[in-house]
Amino acid sequence: MSIASLWRTRQQRYSLQGEICPDCSRAIFPPRDVCPYCSEAAGPLHTMSGRGEVYSYTKMFNVPDGFLAQRPYTVALVKLEEGPMVTAQLTDISDEDVEIGMPVEMVTRKLREEGDSGEIVYGYKFRPLLAAAD
Amino acid sequence: MRDVSIIGIGQMPVGEHWDLSIRHIAHHAIDAALKEAGTEQVGALFVGNMLSGNLLQQEHLATLIADFSGLRNVEAAKIEAACASGASALRIGYMAVASGMHEVVVVCGVEKMTDTSGGSTTAGLATAADAEYEAAHGVTFVGLNALIMQRYMYEFDAPMDGFAGFSINAHRNGARNVNAMFQKPISLDTYLNAPMIATPINIMDSSPICDGAAAVVLAASEQEGAYVTGHHPGAVRILASSSANDTIALHDRKDPLFLEAAYVSSQKAYLQGGVTPADIDFFEVHDAFTIMTALSLEATGYARRGEGWHLAADDAIGPDGRIPISTLGGLKSRGHPVGATGIYQVAEAVQQLRGEAGQGQIADAAIGMTQNIGGSGATIVTHILGG
Repeated sequence: MSIASLWRTRQQRYSLQGEICPDCSRAIFPPRDVCPYCSEAAGPLHTMSGRGEVYSYTKMFNVPDGFLAQRPYTVALVKLEEGPMVTAQLTDISDEDVEIGMPVEMVTRKLREEGDSGEIVYGYKFRPLLAAAD
Repeated sequence: MRDVSIIGIGQMPVGEHWDLSIRHIAHHAIDAALKEAGTEQVGALFVGNMLSGNLLQQEHLATLIADFSGLRNVEAAKIEAACASGASALRIGYMAVASGMHEVVVVCGVEKMTDTSGGSTTAGLATAADAEYEAAHGVTFVGLNALIMQRYMYEFDAPMDGFAGFSINAHRNGARNVNAMFQKPISLDTYLNAPMIATPINIMDSSPICDGAAAVVLAASEQEGAYVTGHHPGAVRILASSSANDTIALHDRKDPLFLEAAYVSSQKAYLQGGVTPADIDFFEVHDAFTIMTALSLEATGYARRGEGWHLAADDAIGPDGRIPISTLGGLKSRGHPVGATGIYQVAEAVQQLRGEAGQGQIADAAIGMTQNIGGSGATIVTHILGG
């Protein structure tokens, strides 16, 4: 991804900023011009809670350039509690403990590095939901 | 609208062609197809290709290939729709001839994937996904299919070895195809002991990275007699051609376990061709991954939801089965040179319908279907062919 693209998507990568459709009231992530559910104009911005559950997951051994240092890693489809699904890596968990349906929450982590002198890209990953302190 | 026939086919053996460039392998296929067709009066060349710009730094590909193949002063354009580029290019050629805009069109699918390292080819393939919201998180194409397969196994209680039959069938059939990359059968043990690429997908669930080129020559069916000059054994008609899409990102699908675009495009094709799934004698599925085969069989009407894998277990997909698939090896064994795959599927269907499939021949094949899938199910192109 280019610097311009990383800058444009910073609110999505750092805070899961999406939208709530003014017509059908459904949550949308990332923001779109047209609501995928009712086809009306989408809007206004809405930041997701970051909580969700694992819909599916995979431990990846064969990875693209830019991700070789992290190999292997686990990627999941996470169903956010507001409704949208996102693709993201899981973190702070051993492979054996991952299961479909487990509650997770968003954290900001390093996604990739572009060599010794390139940019470091941060964004959302998901970890097991921490129990709230009493 | 005119009926359209395929009057010539050409195929480069699929493999790792380090000694040949993309222009050479494309020309090989085009030359063979035009020799069969017995004509040099070409109006247009449409090239299906996904990655020439990304991996080879070569765009303007159709004109490069037309130039190298001696096709000067023709219309030439590249069509890109990820792994569905080949069938998408065929559909453009079909529309060009059906509309009367062109009399003879060459469609070539070509891909060169082995000039680059595995990491950059894998990254190139991931450009078929949403770059900002899928590929940015390090997911590959295998990874996206693995996410589907994991959930499928969970929802439908499909066992780890439930998909083995798809791979075993593809290799059994590919062993009978001189153009296939892997011309040898595999055993259940080979499948069960194959290394994981992205759990639960192992190497034997997955099609290989490779180079390939295939071409077909199209003409109006009413004119096919003018070109059938004894160079080849007969024209094959395109009975239906259709395409449908879905969300580009897997995570945006209404139901990630159902190929809605396959459902829509196959229903449109059945309607246009005036056929039902029971009329189809063989089906060249897009078996890039075994899970895709199961989902395709479900979406096109051959199995109920969650039961597509049963067809592999029951061997209903073999040459003598209820619905033979991957009859000359499919993507798994013939190989999956991505932008070329849709044309290989059609060229192989033509071989079957002409009775020229050799040891892989399906008995009494009269109607065949091909389905080419781009991305994780985002673009799906279906063709039905008949004698």
